[in-house]
Amino acid sequence: MTPSGPWTPPSTPATRAEMCVTACADAWRGDGEVLAAAMGTCSTLGARLARLTFAPGLLTTDGGALLSRDPLPLGRPAGPAADATAEGWLPFRDHLWLVLHGRRHVMMGAAQLDRHGRSNISCIGDWSQPTAQLLGARGAPGNTIRNTTSYWIPRHTRRVFVDRVDMVSGVAATDAHDLRRVVTDLGVLDFDGPGRTLRLVSLHPGVTVEEVCDNTGFDLHVPGDGVRTTRHPTERELHLLRDVLDPDGLRAREVAE
Amino acid sequence: MSPEGIAASLSDGMTIGIGGWGSRRKPMALVRAICRSPVRDLTVVSCGGPDVGLLCAYGKVRHVVAPFVTLDTMPLDPWFRTARQRGDIGFTEYDEGMFMFGLLAAAHGLPFLPTPAGMASDVLRVNPGLRTIRSPYPTSASRPGPISAQEEEQDTGEELVAMPPLRLDAALVHMNRADARGNGQYLGPDPYLDDLFAKAARHCYLSCERLVEAFEGPVQSLLISRMMVAGVAETPNGGHFTTCEPDYGRDEPFQRRYAAAASDPAEWRRFRSRYLDVDEGSYQREVSQR
Repeated sequence: MTPSGPWTPPSTPATRAEMCVTACADAWRGDGEVLAAAMGTCSTLGARLARLTFAPGLLTTDGGALLSRDPLPLGRPAGPAADATAEGWLPFRDHLWLVLHGRRHVMMGAAQLDRHGRSNISCIGDWSQPTAQLLGARGAPGNTIRNTTSYWIPRHTRRVFVDRVDMVSGVAATDAHDLRRVVTDLGVLDFDGPGRTLRLVSLHPGVTVEEVCDNTGFDLHVPGDGVRTTRHPTERELHLLRDVLDPDGLRAREVAE
Repeated sequence: MSPEGIAASLSDGMTIGIGGWGSRRKPMALVRAICRSPVRDLTVVSCGGPDVGLLCAYGKVRHVVAPFVTLDTMPLDPWFRTARQRGDIGFTEYDEGMFMFGLLAAAHGLPFLPTPAGMASDVLRVNPGLRTIRSPYPTSASRPGPISAQEEEQDTGEELVAMPPLRLDAALVHMNRADARGNGQYLGPDPYLDDLFAKAARHCYLSCERLVEAFEGPVQSLLISRMMVAGVAETPNGGHFTTCEPDYGRDEPFQRRYAAAASDPAEWRRFRSRYLDVDEGSYQREVSQR
């Protein structure tokens, strides 16, 4: 995509939401020609930003059945089928084929996530009569067993990061194909802690290790040699994000300052 | 046929599959007709949306078989949630790939289809009747690409979920166009699993936006064959309030009203009496006049 209009350097520093988008984008670094399947605003923007910058081989969708020829602005309607915006057709049944085939890196949400990477989007409480029925297992079992999987968690709290999930919809890192990373509004984590458990990798600017640990419902592995700060978006990334991919500023609705 | 006629051909305790996906191209006119009919104790098999919610709201459901229930732009359906949280209904919860394999198995007359999806997850815990099976072939035979020497040595055949067939007494799907003999055409971007529902069912009933004498557009859009179809109803705007592209998109304000009404008993009574406890013609008039 060639961004239209004159290019001007961003006048304001990156927001928390924009840090999150680039942290999500970095999850797909080096994946090559795979489908970047994203759920949520910042992760969808991350996939499209990665494709426009360091990962041009990625495939992205219009949010529906079309593989888009170029990353589309978020929240703007895609064109009719097979018009100039499409480079392929991926209806749900083919998406389910692709899950088993494996050429796909999905970034899911989770209502609960434990230290082993087990995730829950199904229900809260006892499965037989839940206190809160959520979506259902959806594609999480198949995604995690056959695809590279990352998570995007817009609010890092003890309600999400729990000692034990109520229903295992996404499987543990030890059973999964490849659990890659977890991006939250506080920082970035991966599964290189002891026994393939969650480990703190980086903090977004202004966030402390204590803040992350206080908002995590189990003892989080913090590497002894320190935790770095999450990468700051480049000026080009900020421009693409603000002026091309999310001109309506939807990212700020998902992650406030 | 009329929506009432299709609803009347269902009987208590049947397992019915409903096409579409989430809040997309659902046969809502047929769902509304079932709500008004005396039929009860249904097992509903669906990639669930407001079809599942409305049938739960009307107490028509004994059991839901689904990988999810969602309104898409609103993540959760209030009536399905209420039914689950009260313990009013049974639930069989599958991964969505498993669900598709269940329909494929039924459509092909197979006793099961193997899949890795579901292994190591609680889908096996909450479905204790599900069986696994060990592949009789080396695991690597199922993977694309070359096999390393180490893989070949360790290869003992993968343990897989044996997904049973999702056999249906009846299937209900909504098409953009159909002919009087029961051939169905979709014109939107996604066929969903509608033809699989038709093939997995003893009887399939179509509703359509418009009955036509002859079809326009590519033959690949002719999704449902009349050999699978027991009856057709012309129901203009019959997918409302879900999407039926390209004829119309989702009626988002109406969907929000449906969801909001669920949280207030008085408002739900008003919503029901104005929109649901009336025939399809009155529903469509009320919807167009609001």
